[in-house]
Amino acid sequence: MEILEFRFDSTPGARPNHPALCGVVGSGNLEILVQSGELPDCCQVHIKTSARGFGTTWQAVLGDFAASHAAGGTTIAINDMGATPAVVSLRLAQALAEYQGGAQ
Amino acid sequence: MSLNDILDRLFPAGHTVNVANSVITGHAQTVQGTVAVLGTTDAAAIDHAMALALADFVLDTVEQHPGRPLVFLVDTSGQALSRSQELLCLNGSLAHLASCVDLARRQGHPSIALVTANAVSGGFLSFGLMADQAYALADAQVRVMDLRAMARVTKIAHERLVELASTSPIFAPGADSYVRMGGIVAIWAGPSAELLASALADAATARAAGDRRQADGLTRGGRLLAAGIAQGIRNSAAGA
Amino acid sequence: MSLSLASRHSWFEATARARIAGLLDAGSFTEWLPPAVSQPSPHLAQLDLPGAFDDGVVVGYGQLAQKLIFVIAQEGQFMGGAVGEIHGAKIVGTLRRAAEEKPAAVLFLIDSGGVRLHEANAGLIAISEIMRAVLDARAAGVPVVALIGGSCGAFGGMGIVAKLCSAIVISEEGRLALSGPEVIETVMGVEEFDSKDRALVWRVTGGKHRYLMGDCAVLVEDDVAAFRSGAADFLAAWDEPVPGIATLRARQRGLEARLAAYGALCDGLDVWAALGVAQPESVPLLDRDSLVALKEGLPT
Repeated sequence: MEILEFRFDSTPGARPNHPALCGVVGSGNLEILVQSGELPDCCQVHIKTSARGFGTTWQAVLGDFAASHAAGGTTIAINDMGATPAVVSLRLAQALAEYQGGAQ
Repeated sequence: MSLNDILDRLFPAGHTVNVANSVITGHAQTVQGTVAVLGTTDAAAIDHAMALALADFVLDTVEQHPGRPLVFLVDTSGQALSRSQELLCLNGSLAHLASCVDLARRQGHPSIALVTANAVSGGFLSFGLMADQAYALADAQVRVMDLRAMARVTKIAHERLVELASTSPIFAPGADSYVRMGGIVAIWAGPSAELLASALADAATARAAGDRRQADGLTRGGRLLAAGIAQGIRNSAAGA
Repeated sequence: MSLSLASRHSWFEATARARIAGLLDAGSFTEWLPPAVSQPSPHLAQLDLPGAFDDGVVVGYGQLAQKLIFVIAQEGQFMGGAVGEIHGAKIVGTLRRAAEEKPAAVLFLIDSGGVRLHEANAGLIAISEIMRAVLDARAAGVPVVALIGGSCGAFGGMGIVAKLCSAIVISEEGRLALSGPEVIETVMGVEEFDSKDRALVWRVTGGKHRYLMGDCAVLVEDDVAAFRSGAADFLAAWDEPVPGIATLRARQRGLEARLAAYGALCDGLDVWAALGVAQPESVPLLDRDSLVALKEGLPT
């Protein structure tokens, strides 16, 4: 297992109080928990992954996500069992939409 | 140690015990009076017939001897592994046996279980762990799976499991792990009428207190989370 | 009436959370110890494995047909739904709370291979605690209904737990047994049980077989809405019995008679023939409604 921490600048988005969970920690899958973070223009990410040595891949996938979504003001926690970058991107978008959808 | 030696030492005042198909049934004299003696021997792999024989004896005791304590002797290598057994829902017969032990508890029969040699998984769940209090003889093997098999199934190196097992009771086979986890009350150096008398005296109190295993596991430092989690659920915002 | 494929929402493929959402009245579920306030298992972390925030089980309360219901839902995709320390304690806590607060029922969505080997001792003791807590809830008058239809079925200690519940609602895809076919094959050989023979596995452990034999009370389609109506209909007609010797004596006689009649058989086909099914080989092909009709027509 490897533990990774990242912080990305991101456009401030809605910050509802209710956290959102997406996905399951199953083989080739991951769970993502999105909660309100401290810094409005920042997205903080904490990852536990079963696959070692993919730090740069995570950084690239998460960087793309933070740049293309209004994910500022969130803390994202991830438990991963070897999801591919495509699955990670999909789940991130789902989790953020679910989190921010809960604001309405 | 043979079953007869164990019985002689537990019940020096006398016992009348029958063994058929590895199933023990009978009664014995103690300072607290007559007790029902039942369980399995020869590392029995529990099947339908054994589970039903034990359940029948529990029901007989409830019907014919209200309040008589139950002393379970546990020596089981687990459950019978066969297609025909599963075809008839072996888990159902084990659940029926557990229900009968539970009924006896509700009807006021104190119960204790003594692991005499082996206590493994399903066989242990169906009656030994259903007693008010479980004990084990010092050389008894209590486990879900040995570490080599566990290493194969979990794909974790055997050496790593051995290393962790020396410090954590969470998966390490052995009666002492179960004591620390709250599943077994105490280990007996050998079968003893005195220890049995004191266990029977405690059993009635234990029955009234309900299932204390999470609290015991916490006190003994082996299971640090379970008690708090269960209590946390009960304290969460109201459901009604 | 069979549902069209398009309108179905497979229970087998749904996550534990999706099952709860479709099972209860819309929007009525509240989770206890939700992911944001709970921690993954430290025992898995010690073995260098990522955990799940909910440790593979979702518990809480909601409404089914406007009645207060407690729910326990195991996530089969995480560690095979297996019971570890936190996972087990969440279930025990929910059942004990049910015995005190007396909701209309506990719905127990089982999807589990039994004890989590990585936490074997904690898991085994927890399952024993769950067994007692199910019986305590039932003795307090609260029905506990098992719903089985996930990818992991109900095996090992969770198979025993399922049979301690008031009743089982199962789908054809659901499986219920003690030892898994893989375990029996590994220990006893492929001649005893070929775990790769899926049709055989279903004839021995599958939902249709368990329903025909009376081990499960309700057979439903692999559909979330079907589980919802199956559970609601069952509860509407059910009075939880006070535990008593008469019930257990009757069950004892039934199990003894069944063992005497069918104990030598090894395949569902043989048991179904012995039950009086005229064309046992057709059973695996029957849809749910036809199978229910077949069972109702059998001699009792």
